[in-house]
Amino acid sequence: MAAPELPVTKAVRALLARDLTLAIRHRGEMANPLIFFVMVATLVPLGVTPEARELARLAPGMIWVMALLSSLLSAETLFLSDHRDGTLEQLVLSPQPLWLLVLAKVLVHWLVTGLPLTLLSPLLGVMLSLPAAGYGPMMASLALGTAALSLIGAIGAALTVAIPRGGLLLSLIVMPLYMPVLIFGASAVQQAVDGMAPSGPLAVLGALLAFSCLMSPFATAGALRVSLHG
Amino acid sequence: MADRFQFDSLAAFLAMDGHGAFIWLSYGITLLVLAWLVATPLIRARRVRAEIRRQHRATATSATEESTD
Amino acid sequence: MANPRSFEWFHRLGSPQGFYRMTTPWLPWLAAAALGLLAVGTVWGLGFAPQDAKQGNSFRIIYIHVPAAFLALAGYYVMAVAGAVGLVWKMKLSYMVMKAAAPLGAALTLVSLVTGALWGKPTWGTYWVWDARITSMLVLFFLYLGVIALHHAYSNGEAASKAAAVLALVGTANIPIIYKSVDWWYTLHQPATIKLTEAPSMHPDMFQPLVVMIGGFYCLYALVLILATRVEVLHRERRTRWVRDLVMGGAD
Repeated sequence: MAAPELPVTKAVRALLARDLTLAIRHRGEMANPLIFFVMVATLVPLGVTPEARELARLAPGMIWVMALLSSLLSAETLFLSDHRDGTLEQLVLSPQPLWLLVLAKVLVHWLVTGLPLTLLSPLLGVMLSLPAAGYGPMMASLALGTAALSLIGAIGAALTVAIPRGGLLLSLIVMPLYMPVLIFGASAVQQAVDGMAPSGPLAVLGALLAFSCLMSPFATAGALRVSLHG
Repeated sequence: MADRFQFDSLAAFLAMDGHGAFIWLSYGITLLVLAWLVATPLIRARRVRAEIRRQHRATATSATEESTD
Repeated sequence: MANPRSFEWFHRLGSPQGFYRMTTPWLPWLAAAALGLLAVGTVWGLGFAPQDAKQGNSFRIIYIHVPAAFLALAGYYVMAVAGAVGLVWKMKLSYMVMKAAAPLGAALTLVSLVTGALWGKPTWGTYWVWDARITSMLVLFFLYLGVIALHHAYSNGEAASKAAAVLALVGTANIPIIYKSVDWWYTLHQPATIKLTEAPSMHPDMFQPLVVMIGGFYCLYALVLILATRVEVLHRERRTRWVRDLVMGGAD
């Protein structure tokens, strides 16, 4: 006789709790993309110019580029460990809607990568002489943008999870898809720095986030099925 | 079509008023790429057929060897 | 009765064997059309179309740049639609068409980028400009590369096709978003009203050879796509009897 099915809400809550617990237990690994984020900020003054005024001009875009690169780095971690220990297979086979389980995993992923990055960003603002007007819009755009990046990255992560050393391929696949988020994220900060309201680009970022929320879980679920079951 | 040949001489045609290098390089590269695009499947087809023929002969000879036992 | 017969025709075209058999007589005509149109268009555009008043002779590059760009973009949609058909109707042949369309589209995108750069230098003084169209073309190239790379990364051919199809479809949604984003961003940073890469307003004498070249490129695209798909059919169906008979019989 088949086992009784777990109600969907219980399953999602269980998954959220499990992923959060695992993330907290491995918080050392969690720190890596954040350390990368801060270290890359050091490369710009070293490689371009240490002069504050020049840095201030570049800061909005550079911070966003670095946030994007950090997101690329952490995108691979979404499904990798679950794939290694067989949990991913179980999730795909479970009777709950896969797109919802994916959404839950991406939510935890963002809480553990994108959110800390957003909270850390003022540090980079200081390092790169970001003008005061930029800080608020920077954090707002990063909050919205990293969420969208997590969702978009999930698709690539699902497509490459079963490929050995798939991390680089993941970056290649996902980068063109990241570009609109970068454009509007950086523009939001730049507009604020230039004295204009950042509401336009922020609204578009919100729309991109909404669109990714709608499209990504289904694309990711389909990609997981292809990766695991061919 | 009331077009005439736009250049006075072959030399003028090649020089294209100083833009010659860009124009001929563009057309040349395009021609090479298009030729490569057509050639690639044809070459690959030949290789695939040769492989199929080789496979068939291998199984055919092993089959006849079995039958003469 | 026309209806059942045309339905049957499509059905036959949709099977690998049917596709191979049916396209065999098409090839010489497609090749002739492509060669003819390209030759006529090239000679016409290079030698007989009048010079542009502002750009001089460099505008003649338009006769290869524009057709290549058209087909690069259209080719992506061909690839994505073939992928979608494969996913929805589980048609093997559709996946084969998609796989063939990827390197073909990538090559044409590269031609478009290179000829665009060679056109830009004598005309506007610079090889590269980050405006909406050129940047979108570059991103299109990256999208193609992603699909090709994904095909190669999977060892199982069927899984490779499905994964590539998913990626191609995701990319399709991205293309208009990318174009609009870059366009907005570029106009923000370049308030000058001169649209650098806008094609010159064209006199019919200049436009006609362009039409011919576009036609020639389309025929060439169809030719290469069919040729590449046929090879893929031969390769994937190499263990079937009909392929064995075809190859051993020396026919075709």
